[in-house]
Amino acid sequence: MRQSFFLAYKYITFHKIRSMVLIFSIGIIVYLPNGLKKLINESEAQMVERAKSTPLIIGAKGSSTDLVINTLYFQQEKTENITMKILEEVNASGFGYAIPVLSMFSARGFPIVGTDPDYFNFRELSLVSGRWMSFVGECVIGSAVAGKLNIGVGDSLVSSPENFFDLAGVYPLKMNVVGVLDPADSPDDHAIFVDIKTNWVIMGLGHGHEDLTNNYDPTVVLQRDSNVVKAGAKLYIYNTINLENMDSFHFHGDMDSYPLSSLIFVPKDHKSATIFRGRFESGEFTQQIIVPADVVNNLLQSIFRIKQIFNTVFILVGFATILILALIVTLSIRLRKDEIYTMFTIGSSRLKVAEIIGFELFILIGCSVIFAGVLYLLTGFFVEDFIRNFII
Amino acid sequence: MISLKNISFQYPNSDFHLEFGELAFQSGSKTAVIGPSGFGKTTLLNLISGIYTPQKGSVAVNGKTINRMTDSERRTFRLTNIGFIFQDFKLLDYLKVIDNILLSFRINKAQILNKTIRMRAKEIASLLDIEDKLNKYPNKLSQGERQRVAICRALLNDPSIILADEPTGNLDPENKQKIMRILFDYVKDRDSSLITVTHDHELLKDFDRIVNFKELYTNS
Repeated sequence: MRQSFFLAYKYITFHKIRSMVLIFSIGIIVYLPNGLKKLINESEAQMVERAKSTPLIIGAKGSSTDLVINTLYFQQEKTENITMKILEEVNASGFGYAIPVLSMFSARGFPIVGTDPDYFNFRELSLVSGRWMSFVGECVIGSAVAGKLNIGVGDSLVSSPENFFDLAGVYPLKMNVVGVLDPADSPDDHAIFVDIKTNWVIMGLGHGHEDLTNNYDPTVVLQRDSNVVKAGAKLYIYNTINLENMDSFHFHGDMDSYPLSSLIFVPKDHKSATIFRGRFESGEFTQQIIVPADVVNNLLQSIFRIKQIFNTVFILVGFATILILALIVTLSIRLRKDEIYTMFTIGSSRLKVAEIIGFELFILIGCSVIFAGVLYLLTGFFVEDFIRNFII
Repeated sequence: MISLKNISFQYPNSDFHLEFGELAFQSGSKTAVIGPSGFGKTTLLNLISGIYTPQKGSVAVNGKTINRMTDSERRTFRLTNIGFIFQDFKLLDYLKVIDNILLSFRINKAQILNKTIRMRAKEIASLLDIEDKLNKYPNKLSQGERQRVAICRALLNDPSIILADEPTGNLDPENKQKIMRILFDYVKDRDSSLITVTHDHELLKDFDRIVNFKELYTNS
């Protein structure tokens, strides 16, 4: 046996390229269905876990999937906004409390999520360093943001402008990092949390500028009467909020009409949830209320169907691979006719030749399985990042 | 002594038919087998070694009838008594020279590969002037060197019979002489039998006996 293994090993190592191609091909065929299964199972688990921990979401009518993806994973799909007034109405209903979510902008590739302190209690998030945000212009960052951008408490982040050519639109705002969250293995790790008002400042609904009451420069103040002061483009708008200029920040217009992406609604109990949902069904509210777990389950049904198609494809590919492997072995035996004859003439049996070829297959398949195993382990190592970057 | 009597052999699904009355080879003799291609000279070597068994007749070596042995017995007999040398050397390209020489010890349980055998392989390689080639692959050797490796492999078992199928067919005149000298010296030293199939008439003068297959057919 040892000698047969030696001869098989020598044959495989001598024909390196041929062996490597076979090992990689078989390895990938073995790996793909298992790796995909792990990927789907892991993404299923992550998505379901997040969805199950969020009782209800309220948002504008439209795609419920986009609404869930926005609210749970901060993917910033284009959906209609709701207004602050809805938040007040929902809270006034007495069936539970609502947490506002406004996620439209980003900073260095990470979403800026405007919310209120209830969100952190609801998600049971804690700080690894610093403090919670208390003022407009402050932010608390997820652990992945801190790790990937190599920033922490005392550093700052500048919001990314939506469009460089829209001069009347969004201005970058420099936000001070006041806290870093503990890792939560959720999309919260990849978010920059700010007060909802900070988000409105980024939107341009609120701003701070130099005091105009005592400024009589005609290039700055265009018109002045007892109620209104009109300023020109020369007016200096602050792009950072600090103790010196904080008082100058103010919001224009009716705050009830200010936008929110959605609301996470936490009902008092199951009964409250049912009655409250009924009010949306009856048309008392014009928005939609959805159970995230239902939406995610529907989404997963689609993924599950894709998995079944993949599985069928892999079975067929695997069958084709076995056939090709059998063909390779047959052709190899034919090509090695001389070698086998030599072995017979000097005293080998057919069984011995079969044993040597068997060991060759054993080594090839063994190495392929090891290769597939390594890929599988790597999948396990990177699966969360992969899911976060490409799936949710 | 090798004795073949009333032999009748036919390959399955083939028109080829080898048939003759009696043929014997004395121990310690050097015999050249000549004759036109397709007359069964290589088949004769395969019958003597027990690779093939005749449909009729008997093949006996030193009193043992080979064609009555089991497959396993014939393999062991071949391994312990016969050294095979081929025109195209039949070395395995994926094994180094030393592993090619030791091959028969790796493919049959009847022989155990140990330190003594390895030492002997090196001794024979040294005698054949290829001791510096032991860690090379066959494709790095000249034709003459490859044939010396094949001879080394054949002689490692210390065989009492050497069957050589056109051993000089692929060699230049200088190497031809060298290879035949090695074989003749071995036969002389060990009192072994050498049966060589050849088309090379220049070599015939050095053999004790010449068997012409054409005449063998005519006589039988």
